[in-house]
Amino acid sequence: MFRYTNALYLCNMKLETPFNVEALRKDFPILNREVNGKPLVYFDNAATSQTPQQVIDCIVDYYSNYNANIHRGVHTLSQEATDKYEAARLKIQKHFNANKSHEIIFTSGTTHGINLVANGFSSLLNKGDEIIVSALEHHSNIVPWQMLCERTGAILKVIPMNEDGELVISEYDKLLSNNTRLVFVNHISNALGTINPIEAIIEKAHQIGAAVLIDGAQACPHIKPDVQALDVDFYVASAHKMCGPTGVGILYGKEAWLNKLPPYQGGGEMIAEVTFEKTTYADLPHKFEAGTPNICGGIAFGAAIDYMNQVGFNAIADYEHDLLEYATKKLLEIEGLKIYGTSKHKTSVISFNIAGIHPYDIGTILDKMGIAVRTGHHCAQPIMDFFKIPGTVRASFAFYNTKAEIDALVEGVKKATNMLL
Amino acid sequence: MNSNVTIRIFASKENNVNITDIQNDIIDEFSMFDDWEERYQYMIDLGKTLPLINEQYKTDDHLIKGCQSRVWVHADLESDKVVFTADSDAIITKGIIAILIRVFSNQNPKDIIDANTDFIDKIGLKEHLSPTRANGLVSMIKQLKMYAVAYQTQLS
Repeated sequence: MFRYTNALYLCNMKLETPFNVEALRKDFPILNREVNGKPLVYFDNAATSQTPQQVIDCIVDYYSNYNANIHRGVHTLSQEATDKYEAARLKIQKHFNANKSHEIIFTSGTTHGINLVANGFSSLLNKGDEIIVSALEHHSNIVPWQMLCERTGAILKVIPMNEDGELVISEYDKLLSNNTRLVFVNHISNALGTINPIEAIIEKAHQIGAAVLIDGAQACPHIKPDVQALDVDFYVASAHKMCGPTGVGILYGKEAWLNKLPPYQGGGEMIAEVTFEKTTYADLPHKFEAGTPNICGGIAFGAAIDYMNQVGFNAIADYEHDLLEYATKKLLEIEGLKIYGTSKHKTSVISFNIAGIHPYDIGTILDKMGIAVRTGHHCAQPIMDFFKIPGTVRASFAFYNTKAEIDALVEGVKKATNMLL
Repeated sequence: MNSNVTIRIFASKENNVNITDIQNDIIDEFSMFDDWEERYQYMIDLGKTLPLINEQYKTDDHLIKGCQSRVWVHADLESDKVVFTADSDAIITKGIIAILIRVFSNQNPKDIIDANTDFIDKIGLKEHLSPTRANGLVSMIKQLKMYAVAYQTQLS
């Protein structure tokens, strides 16, 4: 039986496009460049991913062949652009498995999506209502809720984390109450890479009737979320972290919730009828898409999703996990190196420090060697305060990185340590 | 970077007193380095060896809010000269501060206000002037000049 299953597995493997990192790297022109005279080693993928030629071609094609404003013109270019833009929305709907295409709202990115929901809830909340966020949040996930609480008199509560950088779910249970209206958690922490148990978080929130917004910015480059299976109320993501361009993202919202929320911004595209007495709003998704959107960006986001699906999210997850294990092992061999975020459930992000050295100094020396990492508090100061550190060096790997690049990082960190200590 | 170079650089400190001359000295000294490693090793050594600020001034009101490393600056007026002391929790930043202090400390407020900072580009540290580095160098220079403006007002 075992043999049979194995044979079947091998057979299936043959049907899939084999994962070949060297071939994939050829899709990314930027990976050929040098920085400070050294081949670029790009390990800042959690901040933004690189762009494959297929997506660059899509952007060039748009501006070369059918650049026009959408949803209005009767002329051919406008219709072509509208068709492609709406085709991209359908691709995104399919990718996230949303029930309806108008549940996908194009935004300028994750932060925009969060603000849209936070603003919408300001008309639904009363004094004393409670919002729960997690201790693992990015600043963009904390500030809009603080502003919302100031406006409405609602109370912000925080799910604490443990030493491994995992949320303490037993504490979350205690925070949930009949006053809880909204729970807001990232799918994956940007600073530590922890994958949060959002299935349980969503289920528990729904049991007491609260809505849940998940920030998928860090998850979508690694995982293909199924919003219906998750039963999540709102889910936000950015294109630029998943091989797409900057300045575009999506908000998924369940139709019932999106109908409940008032429009975020006023302007063209979002209206049905305007008189000076009253304006009626357009239907979903246009109600939330005021003004001319990032048309090219939306279409290119669709191309990026096609690209990533072609590489295959299972292959990406397996390969990146391999990189993570290899890098963790190699980095821990360096004396004085401590990794922050040691959950068993994490993506290919390693946040670390070396005893006695400021992360900024390591990042500066690594840059001189052509190695791009992020240093600092990663816009997640509460996490840094928890560990009582000013920041970390963060190396985040994508499917186009290699073990040879990790070796270069390890050598770079050793050299920086020798120079700095 | 051998220790002779370090000694020569510190020794040359006393040769010139005017801001432009000190900047030219620093440019000459940095021209001796063959590559970035020597340049950075030198700054790291400067950062390690120099006592920069009295601990009592390492308080939040002396802090220049940079994104990544913390920088404290304090200024005193001694006769008609501004004397700066500073520190940082990052060693390369501290090395840069040491260079800035060598240029701007013990100068008249007006000379500090009028001084340009092109020498930073000329010694190969241009990248530290970029706002994305957020290491506080730009804010640091601004802060030094602000102190000078304050003392200039006091003097006149």
